[in-house]
Amino acid sequence: MHFEVKVEVSPREGIANPEGSTIERALPALGFVMAGNVRVGKVIRLQVEADSPDDAKSLVEDMCNRFLSNPVIEDSHVEVLEE
Amino acid sequence: MSQRVGVVRFPGTNCEFDTIDAIRALDGQAEVLWHGQSDLQNVDAIVIPGGFAHGDYLRCGAIAKFSPIMDSIHAFARDGGPVLGICNGFQVLTEAGLLPGALQKNVGMKFLCSMQQIEFVSTTNVLGHHASAGDRLLIPINHFEGNYVCSPEVLTEMEADNRIVFRYTDNPNGSLADIAGICNRAGNVVGMMPHPERATSHLLGSTDGNSLLKSLLDA
Repeated sequence: MHFEVKVEVSPREGIANPEGSTIERALPALGFVMAGNVRVGKVIRLQVEADSPDDAKSLVEDMCNRFLSNPVIEDSHVEVLEE
Repeated sequence: MSQRVGVVRFPGTNCEFDTIDAIRALDGQAEVLWHGQSDLQNVDAIVIPGGFAHGDYLRCGAIAKFSPIMDSIHAFARDGGPVLGICNGFQVLTEAGLLPGALQKNVGMKFLCSMQQIEFVSTTNVLGHHASAGDRLLIPINHFEGNYVCSPEVLTEMEADNRIVFRYTDNPNGSLADIAGICNRAGNVVGMMPHPERATSHLLGSTDGNSLLKSLLDA
């Protein structure tokens, strides 16, 4: 079965995120003084062939640990969207 | 003596010939090693030079770690062979797990290209043969992702083991503990963001890189 999977890679808590900090400093210039704690990551979408949603999830989690994210600085969250 | 140096080229590497020229000017031999081959051609030392290996897609060095040559470099490093990663090469070494930590985007989100003063902290590694702790060098940097990070535990361990090779005297990129270069436990694998091959003549503004490359040749 084919599964559509979404991976969210985000900077690990406690690790500085220069992209987020720069955006955070720019927001007040547009009047958004209420915004804070901006963190920038990335989203990867892919299709995988697997026997079940759980299999699809664990396959992609393995990809995350070995390649799609760098566990030193990033966390990843895998979501199976649809069959 | 490491007289023959293999300089690794990935698709997107762009400092391999500067590095080769700099090594030859010091009477060393140097040649390109293509990333797709796993034979290291019996070289005595490896340099992973600067550039944008595999376009820096996904993360700097993330795809390079799967190139066929990397398994051979792992084995070479395990056997004590000298390995130097410069700039993108440092990023490749961290992604490949040969050095701890990671390099992320500079604080301030600017590409930095400037002459930088760095200080030797540890000299018990392949770059330190002609140096003393506290020596100050002028070596240029040229990077967007040079902001070194690692966990507090790894930093404590590296400091205790004297594995911080260089610190910036005026931190340009937000690097943790002003780190400009580190080494592995044995001291045979070194990664640094500044480019020693670009500090090899008075015309370039500094000759301080020569002693580092000479040290690699003598390793």
